[in-house]
Amino acid sequence: MERIPILKMGDYLLVTIQVDMHDRLALTLQDDLTEGIARTRARGVLIDISSLEIVDSFIGRMLGNIAAMSRVLDAETVVVGMRPAVAITLVELGLSLPGVRTALNVEQGMSLLQGARAEQENANGRAER
Amino acid sequence: MNQKAQSLIPDRSRIPEMIAKRESDLLTDWMREQLAATTLRSDLMRESELREQSRQFLNLVIRAASQQPGLNDINAPAWEEAREFLSGVSRSRAHQGFSPSETATFIFSLKQPLFSLMRQELEGDPRKLADEMWVATALLDKLGLYTTEAYQKAREEVIRRQQQELLELSTPVVVLWEGILALPLIGTLDSARTQVVMESLLEKIVETGASIAIIDITGVPTVDTLVAQHLLKTVSAARLMGADCIISGIRPQIAQTIVHLGVNLTDVITKSSLADAFAVALRRARMVITRAENHG
Repeated sequence: MERIPILKMGDYLLVTIQVDMHDRLALTLQDDLTEGIARTRARGVLIDISSLEIVDSFIGRMLGNIAAMSRVLDAETVVVGMRPAVAITLVELGLSLPGVRTALNVEQGMSLLQGARAEQENANGRAER
Repeated sequence: MNQKAQSLIPDRSRIPEMIAKRESDLLTDWMREQLAATTLRSDLMRESELREQSRQFLNLVIRAASQQPGLNDINAPAWEEAREFLSGVSRSRAHQGFSPSETATFIFSLKQPLFSLMRQELEGDPRKLADEMWVATALLDKLGLYTTEAYQKAREEVIRRQQQELLELSTPVVVLWEGILALPLIGTLDSARTQVVMESLLEKIVETGASIAIIDITGVPTVDTLVAQHLLKTVSAARLMGADCIISGIRPQIAQTIVHLGVNLTDVITKSSLADAFAVALRRARMVITRAENHG
C-alpha cells in the first residue's frame, strides 16, 4: 500500500509529502504519525507540503487534526512550504488552520520547533527530558 | 421600426446606383463638408488620410448596398466589411482623442452631399425623392449610431485597461529590511484588489523568505466590515505561509469605526504608525538600531 515516509531526525519527525494527497493516504498518514510520535517519543513534527499543489478542505482539516493530536502527545507541529495558491485557497475555504504553526521552509520550521522547545523547557524549569 | 415607417420604404432603392454613378462628385462634396465642419481635427489627422478613409468607406457602402438586402439592414452579412471598416475608424479616432461628435461627423457630414445628389438625380419625381430621402436618412442614422457605439466601446476598453494597470501599479510590496516586507495600501480595498494584494504579497514572501510583513493602511480611506474581512484574509494567508503580519497606519477615525462595527482584530498585531510596526518587526527579527557614536 502507498505510504508517506516518516523520517526521524533527532527529536523530531520529518514528513515530506511529495505525492498528491487523497483521503485514504491522509488517514494512513494520520495513523502512522501518531503511532510514530508515541514510539519515538518525538518532541516535534515537521510537515513539508511544498510540492503539494492542491489542498482541499479534507486535507486542510487533516493538517489541523494532526497538529491537535500531536499536541496531545506532547509534540509541536509545524507545516512548512505552503504555496501561495494553496494558502489563498485555504483562506477562501475558511480554513486558516488556527492551531497549526507555519513556516516558510524546512530550515525556518526547524528553528521554530527548536525555539518552541527551548521556551517550553524554560517554562517547565527543567534542562533535560 | 414601426409599421408606418416600413411602408415608406420603396421596393427598390436607386441610391446605390446613384452613388456608384457619381462617386467622385460625392466624394469631393463629402470631403468639402468634412473639411468645412467645425469638428474637423486637422491637428490629429491629415487631409490625405481623411480622403483615403472616405474613399474606402464609400466603396464599401456601394458594394454592400448593391447586395441583398440593400440599404435597410446594416446588420446583414453584406454590410460586414463596411461595419468593420467603420468600427476601425471609430476605434482609431477614439484612441487619437477625437470627441464622440467629431467622430460621428464622419458619417453625418455625408448627409448633405448625398441629399443634394439625390435632388439632382430625381428632379422630376418628388414622390420618389421623398421616399429615397427617407431611406438615406435611416441608413445614415444607423451608420452614425454604429460609429458612436464603436467609439464608446473603444473608450471603455481603454478605461478597463487603465483600471487593470492601476491595480497592478497600486500594490507594491517593498522589502524594508532583511526578512521584513512592507505593503503600503493606497485606495479602497475590494475583493478583486485584495486578490491581487494577497497574491503579490505571498509571492514576495516566497521570493525573499521574509518572516514578517507590515500591511500599512494609511492610504485606505475607509475600513468597513468587508475591507476588514479582506485584510484578515490576507493576514491568514500570510500566516499559512509562515509569515506574521502587522497592520499599521490605523488612523483614530478608523480605530473608532473598527470598534463600532465589532470587527475582531485581536489576533493581529496592530500599530498606529509604520515606524512602530517596523520597530516591532526588528525586535522580532532580533535586530536593534543604535545611534552612531559621534566622533566629532
